[in-house]
Amino acid sequence: MGLVQDALAGDRRALARVISLVENGGPEGRAALAALHPHTGRAHVVGVTGGPGTGKSTLVNALAGVVRQRGITVGVLAVDPSSPFSGGALLGDRVRMRDLAGDAGVFIRSMATRGSLGGLAQATSDAVKVLDAAGFGLILVETVGAGQSELAIAGAAHTVVVVEAPGLGDEVQALKAGLLEIADILVVNKADLPGAAQAARALGMAADRGGAAGEAGKGGWRTPVLLTAALDGAGVPEVADAVVAHGEHLRARGMWAAHERERARAEFVDHLQRESFARLMAKVGQERVEGWVTRSATREVDAHTAARTVLSLGLACGEADVEREHSSSEGSDYF
Amino acid sequence: MGTPPRILIAKPGLDGHDRGAKVVARALRDAGMEVIYTGLRQTPEMIVEAALQEDVDAVGLSILSGAHMTLVPRVLDGLREAGLSRVKVYVGGIVPEEDAQALRDAGVVEVFGPGASTRVIASTIQQQLTGA
Repeated sequence: MGLVQDALAGDRRALARVISLVENGGPEGRAALAALHPHTGRAHVVGVTGGPGTGKSTLVNALAGVVRQRGITVGVLAVDPSSPFSGGALLGDRVRMRDLAGDAGVFIRSMATRGSLGGLAQATSDAVKVLDAAGFGLILVETVGAGQSELAIAGAAHTVVVVEAPGLGDEVQALKAGLLEIADILVVNKADLPGAAQAARALGMAADRGGAAGEAGKGGWRTPVLLTAALDGAGVPEVADAVVAHGEHLRARGMWAAHERERARAEFVDHLQRESFARLMAKVGQERVEGWVTRSATREVDAHTAARTVLSLGLACGEADVEREHSSSEGSDYF
Repeated sequence: MGTPPRILIAKPGLDGHDRGAKVVARALRDAGMEVIYTGLRQTPEMIVEAALQEDVDAVGLSILSGAHMTLVPRVLDGLREAGLSRVKVYVGGIVPEEDAQALRDAGVVEVFGPGASTRVIASTIQQQLTGA
């Protein structure tokens, strides 16, 4: 496959094309991923997440700048939401990343979620692999403006940076489960605004208290709380240092490999689910599936029974099995 | 549903008025496109590089400064040199008709003036990118 070879050799146009193929999810994209797979596993993948307007893009811009000065190449994937109505999207993260323009050691790609929940697009992890194979040392993945449960980044990145800004909530917000718990590094951005030190203190206490369970899961890593003013770069080198330190921590504890394995498992299960679902649907046929949907909608059977029956239909070979399964499930599950 | 068309909306040059670019970006989003918005004061080199990285189908340039005869050909040349001649280029802004014709001759697909409705812009581009 010429395109993949060109991308591996550093051709940026080929790289961009391969990301599109992977993002569009067709057979060409799958073939490209298979060819790239042996070249992956070298990059440090860092997620940058946090609420809308906290300064994620600005921090990514500043962080990438610092890391470039240290001679490491940087790939950026910036995810923004697709409209549930039109399917269109406005991808505006590049506006804040103009400092990185013209640097051949940086590659920035915007991605729309295309209906995926969890703060990332379905293909984000695959696009990470493409950048990884192309040799970028650090890959920054900026999620959509996250609420409290857009946590997909935790499974996709080695290190998660959660960005907060002053004035977004009281101490109770800092105690809630979810986003803060997945943070390996907490950043209070816009530290030049009033309330920043207070926010950092509240987050620091929350991070400490999450300690027992949290630290055990993180192999003794204590989540640092760092203050930045990303617009002028203050505090950003310290964030870069913390990212490096976290990477070293993961490797020293054998957690890097464990993380890779978990990610491989999650991807495998995900692909297995989608592939088996698609094959099942193809085997059972649209018409019969719709029939069961109708029966469920008209209260003839419940959705769970309908789903189990259709699954049995798909796994069984002939029509006879289908009918038997239907009547036996009526006998056992209904009453 | 197929893959949404991707279009880069950029403002080359030094004029600081991006209202029009934002309104058009929004209309294209509502028409179902993935719009990469890059903001003010982009050089032609930055626009070409962004178009390459984002693997877009089209580039929309908003120019209100009168510098279109300098900036647009530089973007067209840059795209060609980067091997991106398949990328369609649209121009919006205040462009006199004789200039518009010259830009079309140079390879711009459409030039939209101040009177163009966002609906027409969106449907024209949509049609040309998807054939639908």
